[in-house]
Amino acid sequence: MATVEVRGIVKRFGDVTAVDGVDLLTKEGEFLVLLGPSGCGKTTLLRMIAGLEEPTEGDVLIGGQVVTDLPPRVRGIAMVFQSYALYPHMTVFKNIAFPLKAQGAPKAIWKEKVTWAASMFGIETLLHRKPRELSGGERQRVALARAMVREPNVFLLDEPLSNLDAKLRASAREELQQFQRDIGTTTIYVTHDQVEAMGLGDRVAVMDEGRVRQIGTPREIYHEPADTFVAGFLGTPPMNLLEKENRTFGFRPETFLPLEVSGGHNDVEQFQFEVTWMEHLGSDRLIYGNVGARFTHRHVVAKLPANVTVPIEPGETYTFAVLRKDLKFFDRETGLRANPIPL
Amino acid sequence: MMKAVERQPKAAVLGAPTFWGHLVDSERMLAPLMIAPAILYIVALVGFPFLLAIYYSLSDATIGNLSLNFVGLRNFIAVLEDPVFRQSLKNTIIFTLVSQVLVLVLAKILALALLKDFRGKWLARFLILLPWTAPIALGTIGWMWMLDSIFSPIDWMLRQVGLLGAPGAILGTASNLYWLGIPSLAMTSVILVHTWRMLPLATVILLAGLTAIPQEILDAVEVDGAGFWRRLFQIMIPMLIPIISIAALFGVIFTFTDMVIVYVLTQGGPVHSTQVLASWAFFKGIEAGDLAQGAAIALFLFPLMACMAIFMLRLARRTEVT
Amino acid sequence: MGRLKRLGARSTLYAVVAFFALFSAFPFFWMVITTFKRSHDLYTLENNPFLFNEPPTLEHLHGLFFDTWFVQYLINTFFVGVVVVAITLVVAVPAAYSLTRWAGRWGENLGIGIFLTYLVPPTLLFIPLSRVIGVLGLQETLWSLILIYPTFTIPFCTWLLMGFFKSIPPDIEEQALIDGYSRLGAMLKIVLPLSIPGILTVVVFAFTLTMHEFIYALAFISSSSLKTVSIGVPTELIGEFFEWGQLMAGALIPSILVAIMYTFFLDRFIAGFTVGAVKG
Repeated sequence: MATVEVRGIVKRFGDVTAVDGVDLLTKEGEFLVLLGPSGCGKTTLLRMIAGLEEPTEGDVLIGGQVVTDLPPRVRGIAMVFQSYALYPHMTVFKNIAFPLKAQGAPKAIWKEKVTWAASMFGIETLLHRKPRELSGGERQRVALARAMVREPNVFLLDEPLSNLDAKLRASAREELQQFQRDIGTTTIYVTHDQVEAMGLGDRVAVMDEGRVRQIGTPREIYHEPADTFVAGFLGTPPMNLLEKENRTFGFRPETFLPLEVSGGHNDVEQFQFEVTWMEHLGSDRLIYGNVGARFTHRHVVAKLPANVTVPIEPGETYTFAVLRKDLKFFDRETGLRANPIPL
Repeated sequence: MMKAVERQPKAAVLGAPTFWGHLVDSERMLAPLMIAPAILYIVALVGFPFLLAIYYSLSDATIGNLSLNFVGLRNFIAVLEDPVFRQSLKNTIIFTLVSQVLVLVLAKILALALLKDFRGKWLARFLILLPWTAPIALGTIGWMWMLDSIFSPIDWMLRQVGLLGAPGAILGTASNLYWLGIPSLAMTSVILVHTWRMLPLATVILLAGLTAIPQEILDAVEVDGAGFWRRLFQIMIPMLIPIISIAALFGVIFTFTDMVIVYVLTQGGPVHSTQVLASWAFFKGIEAGDLAQGAAIALFLFPLMACMAIFMLRLARRTEVT
Repeated sequence: MGRLKRLGARSTLYAVVAFFALFSAFPFFWMVITTFKRSHDLYTLENNPFLFNEPPTLEHLHGLFFDTWFVQYLINTFFVGVVVVAITLVVAVPAAYSLTRWAGRWGENLGIGIFLTYLVPPTLLFIPLSRVIGVLGLQETLWSLILIYPTFTIPFCTWLLMGFFKSIPPDIEEQALIDGYSRLGAMLKIVLPLSIPGILTVVVFAFTLTMHEFIYALAFISSSSLKTVSIGVPTELIGEFFEWGQLMAGALIPSILVAIMYTFFLDRFIAGFTVGAVKG
């Protein structure tokens, strides 16, 4: 087992800074997700950990050993690419055996190991096929089996589910998590999909513009966002952000409920909510509107679960409320978390 | 679907590799090492000879004489004063321009036809490509026989339809036209063979360009009610300008510097009327052994070609950007 | 009305294609007729030159193979072609790979630079090169051609190969690096096998380019027994008396051989080899 650590890592491509000073340390056997919008530097960070990209500054450590100057093959890692990068001219068997060949493992044990890896992903019957004869889900499994067969210390996964259709993605997510729990290998997973990140990660590192904005458990980053970027990036729809004096404050759409529904509690902040438009999504109602003139930037969304049946019509104004503990305050200048102020 | 497994021994993180281990992983060292042989080959056998050509043109080198004396621009002056050279320069330009205009027009028509699917297309393609795929020296021999002063089948056909060899025939009463024996006809023949030779290449290049025009654009234009000619001139040709200039660039360079057709077909005759720069440089430099003048003649090819190449590439690039 | 119009368009299409096919292939058609015609038939002015007025004959072919150096020309051409192809591959494959993968924008420009040397015409270089060949003591040997021909096959093939290497997704190579191969190992084990279609194409193009070459061979070789096909046929077979039957046979055979190879490979490997292997 091994941990992965990056220290003050920077990557510049000419004038563009892709990764801008990232420090990160995984725990043993952890499933760490790097989450961020495209172009945030998450893939570059992963590629530097893999050794495919040379950092401009800083170091990569695997198992406590500095590997910054070592080529990928001696880092004890396995990586699955977004495209799966199966060798198109080799059968599935040869694809999976390829890393063994590189290790110089005797041919006698190839078969045993390939069968072992293939059976783990239920692809034993596909071993004689070529990649082009496989479906997307099968390709993904071959790629994972090939990564497994090396028995790496660290798994690196670059958006491995993004080429699957939505239905397959959900089951693949579940399988992937189960598999990682079973083998207990430290895993770093890159994605731009927050549902994947929240569902898979022991911890999630949210990245933007080459920096890690927050690292924490899915609960932490969702409920206690470290800054306005994280608050605005996570959740569909994301956190409502309003401004008052030197603060930005926000609340999740699902915590913004009609006063009568949030009933009982005294510790609520009330808003006059002028509804402009409404969407029925089956399980939820999304209600768009404005909250009074006391705030700048006052457009907000409420997400009411289907079991809240309070009648709401566009054009009307209602009293909505948020529990005070669900209000998050940020410094207006820096965007970082700050002390609450009275509204 | 996925079964639990027992942990197996892990691959250890290895120590730093040796020098060779480092070399095979280092892009910085591998990249130049792998390009070096190609660069060296080209520098030694294209770059160096090119400089040598310039040096010769400023000397009095001959095949027999190894000692070189610097003579300044004397060779160039001698060459410029030589009427054969001036004839060659004129011919080179005429042959190139006329044949390339013909090639581009014909290639455009042919490419439009080959864009369609029809039966026997592979055979048509094979036949149409023949002038380019077969060695030009050999193809030209075929033309030489077809343009023979006595047995030319072209003359035979003209005689059959009464255009030649009969009293009052338009093309004369002689039984033959003597294609390669009369200056104007010899020039026509050389142009004809050049056109024949370059047509397939230009067609293939234009065809690639035509295939690359997105079908949606053509559909949109058709929906807008544009007819064939408007589509051709307002959409296809403007979109093809980069690829047309590439075709023209290759055509011009290959035609301008070619001496095979002239050498095999007419040897520059009759009386230098079809002489071109390349063939004249060959006759002077190799057959007459005057390396210095030969080099000077050949060097005239270079600035003209360099200008052409830069002009065409800029045209292609500008059209691509806008 | 519509049908009539389509019929008209169809006929125009066939007419255009037929005209061009005839124009392009006529000299070769003419070679075929001449090759198999008896000399008496060939040189009788009153005969229709398009028909066999006398029974066909193999006498010209026989003469070509047994009374001339033609077979030797073929052997020489083949020998030069094979060695030049080998040199070209050894030099161009690593260069093209290096230029596509590693040198970035700089590599792109260097690649264009190398390609442009392909456009430097032999007519400009044969005079100084004839001296270089003399100094190296290679005049009147096939080695002179073997040394010089790579100057145009290397630029052309490097350029072609760059296109092939670009079409191989870098992911696949990086995967090989992860799977335990060195940079060089990834190239040898993954890129080369995937480039076999490209490499075959380059082999064929380099070979046909050497068969086409005329000027250097004309400048460096004058002994009959050392000539290649493309200079041997036009310079030696013509001789004092025009043996048109033999000459046409000698021009026809190599032409068709080269043309078949060339056309066959022009098309064959364009289809994406990696389709389906990468994107899901």
